[in-house]
Amino acid sequence: MSDMSAKPNLSAGVQTAGGVGTAPVSHTEHGDAHHDEHEHHDQHWLWKYVFSQDHKVIGKQFLITGIFWAIIGGTLSSLFRLQLGWPEGTMEWLTPVLGKWVEGGKLNPEFYLALVTMHGTIMVFFVLTAGLSGTFSNFLIPLQVGARDMASGFMNMLSYWFFFLSSLIMFFSLFLETGPAASGWTIYPPLSALPQAIPGSGMGMTMWLVSMVFFIVSQLLGGVNYVTTVINLRTRGMSMSKLPLTIWAFFLTAILGILSFPVLFSAALLLVFDRSFGTSFFLSDIYIAGQALPNQGGSPVLFQHLFWFLGHPEVYIVIMPAMGMVSEILATNARKPIFGYRAMIGSLIGISLLSFVVWAHHMFVTGMNPFLGSVFMFLTLIIAVPSGVKVFNWLATLWRGNIRFTTAMLFSIGFVSLFISGGLTGIILGNATLDIQMHNTYFVVAHFHLVMGSSAFFGLFAGVYHWFPKMFGRMMDEKLGYIHFWLTFAGVYLVFLPMHYIGIAGFPRRYYAWTGFDSFSQFADMNKFISVAAIIAFAAQFIFIFNFFYSIFRGRRATQNPWNSTTLEWTTPLVPGHGNWPGEIPAVYRWPYDYSKPGSETDFIPQNVPYSQTQSSNLPYEQELAD
Amino acid sequence: MNPIETFSEKEVGLGWHPKRVLLILLMVSSTMIFASLTSGFIVRRDEGNWREFDLPTIMLLNTIVIALSSIALQWAYSSAKKDEIGRVKIGLAITLGLGLVFLVGQWLCWGDLVAGRTFFGGIDANVSGSFVYVLMGMHAFHLLAGLIFLAVVLRRTFNYQVHSRALLSIGNASILWHFLGALWLYLYLFLLLNH
Repeated sequence: MSDMSAKPNLSAGVQTAGGVGTAPVSHTEHGDAHHDEHEHHDQHWLWKYVFSQDHKVIGKQFLITGIFWAIIGGTLSSLFRLQLGWPEGTMEWLTPVLGKWVEGGKLNPEFYLALVTMHGTIMVFFVLTAGLSGTFSNFLIPLQVGARDMASGFMNMLSYWFFFLSSLIMFFSLFLETGPAASGWTIYPPLSALPQAIPGSGMGMTMWLVSMVFFIVSQLLGGVNYVTTVINLRTRGMSMSKLPLTIWAFFLTAILGILSFPVLFSAALLLVFDRSFGTSFFLSDIYIAGQALPNQGGSPVLFQHLFWFLGHPEVYIVIMPAMGMVSEILATNARKPIFGYRAMIGSLIGISLLSFVVWAHHMFVTGMNPFLGSVFMFLTLIIAVPSGVKVFNWLATLWRGNIRFTTAMLFSIGFVSLFISGGLTGIILGNATLDIQMHNTYFVVAHFHLVMGSSAFFGLFAGVYHWFPKMFGRMMDEKLGYIHFWLTFAGVYLVFLPMHYIGIAGFPRRYYAWTGFDSFSQFADMNKFISVAAIIAFAAQFIFIFNFFYSIFRGRRATQNPWNSTTLEWTTPLVPGHGNWPGEIPAVYRWPYDYSKPGSETDFIPQNVPYSQTQSSNLPYEQELAD
Repeated sequence: MNPIETFSEKEVGLGWHPKRVLLILLMVSSTMIFASLTSGFIVRRDEGNWREFDLPTIMLLNTIVIALSSIALQWAYSSAKKDEIGRVKIGLAITLGLGLVFLVGQWLCWGDLVAGRTFFGGIDANVSGSFVYVLMGMHAFHLLAGLIFLAVVLRRTFNYQVHSRALLSIGNASILWHFLGALWLYLYLFLLLNH
């Protein structure tokens, strides 16, 4: 997008890259895959901006599609917050938008279910998976490991376009006459399996499943590329123990995706067979309108096992990229090395391993063997250990740092705050005995919106504000960023803290209205308050959207390394062309966190500066390498 | 820069070509599909209402066919190493042929299952039978991808793009094909031992 404004710069970069594109890079010794990609400088705009194989363009495509989806997902949540805050109010004024879903001034209850389902699906998959890790894994992995592009630019392009196709199908399902899928983002059968059960289980569910199959394909194509790039295409000297924590996080996130998305595929496939081919994997003993269905012998709990085997790693797929970016931004803006670099990697690995053995904590109320439940409870609570390590390290990184409160830094600190607030209630919900009480109440909603929903969004915002100069060669406006941050930060807490109370009081999730229950009427004001806060917080996001698009074209021009950061992406030209470095790829000599090193003239030493040039600050063992 | 300052010369990337790493990662994700389906099979079986049936004998023949195809491909690969291009072509063609025979055999196997009143869906179906169709179908779908890959390699061989210094494509094809063969062997033994 902004590349248009910096076109001469970009094509110059490509031309030089074409000349030296075959410079000795250790990893291409037996590869000819990349050479021809640096040759074509006079590309048609269609190949340059639309069907591009450049990881930076693909990253931006993911980001802008993600922003589009976030607006849709946020709008849906505002609609159902209107219903929850003012259950007696009239929705007549929304008829021009919602059409027949408003009946006699009331929101259609079936459509309410569709709203929460689509809000969950869109936010979890399309925004926080594709929009977050899709954007930053694509944009940052080759730049930070020192590669010209992804291992396979073509597969990377396919990854985006499968996501685009999946997005189209999901988007059109919003406009079906019977409405989009409505059985919750977890699409539990039998509700989701029987088209005659609710209107949303008809065509809407079919399109949901088809869309998700394409989404899974997109994630797999992207994920294998990310992992291969990290394994194979690191520049000289970039050992795994010199990788920025962002890359470690993206790497492990991609591995989680490769291992867990195929399981969702299996679940979706069997569900498709149950819906359309008369099998009974998940269906048994069902009566609809007095009629017995022929399906016998299926097990709906089996679907939950398959779904949550993906579903649990999925929440780490959402949060880990945010963790990695926050680690990077905190260290850069505190002008201090990240505290406990190896412990940070270890805790990411620990979280990744644990994420595969805790799925049944979503299923404590399915009547599972209590002993099995206690095993899953034990494993779940262990996650507090690596999470605690991370939080401790972030706080210790901030401790006595020379903190620069950039917008990205504020969002990173906000991330840590939300992660703590939401994580603590995870310890409550991880206990089977407490979970049986809290299950499916607003306490759960509050928990996961804080710990992985809002915090992942904060990670996304932090990443956009921080790497915007690298993406578009311009800066985002700091003042607008501050307003955006404070409204969002206050908004998130004002929305989700009260939800804990109404959750403990027993409010169930996904209910259209509680006006039928006297015991809940005392919380009517609280619900109204939450709705007001939610709508204000959502409205505040338009400040960000304005800032983002305005700054692409009109933002203050960036310098090459505006944050005085140490990682490799800031050694590229202001707006790097395809191939990233016009000349040879820089080699790496040191870890990425040499901030405020005692004895050094500057308060940061980039990774590509050899020890021989920093005699004054070298530690004894580093001096040995330099001598 | 001080010329003595050297890198810790760790070989980046396990020494494998990126395309091979991509292929192996995709195979890992395929493995997860079958791992989830077969664990679903076991979990579901333990809940009862599970109709047992005998596997058609043609399944054993198919297993032998796919094993032979792997041997033929390995022969083609070692011929490519020795630059005996004629044998590479024959080996690849045999592998392709046996792969097609295997697919036809699986189709006939489905016919035998239906003849034995084991159905995929409908009123008379039981989940045990549905699972067998899903496992075989998913495997066949993967095998189609393998066949396309083999056909591409065969075409490359005719274009003199496969020889002792260009073993990547045929190497990757044989990794994939052996994986698909091993996958079928696993599924066959799994079904054999769990019925």
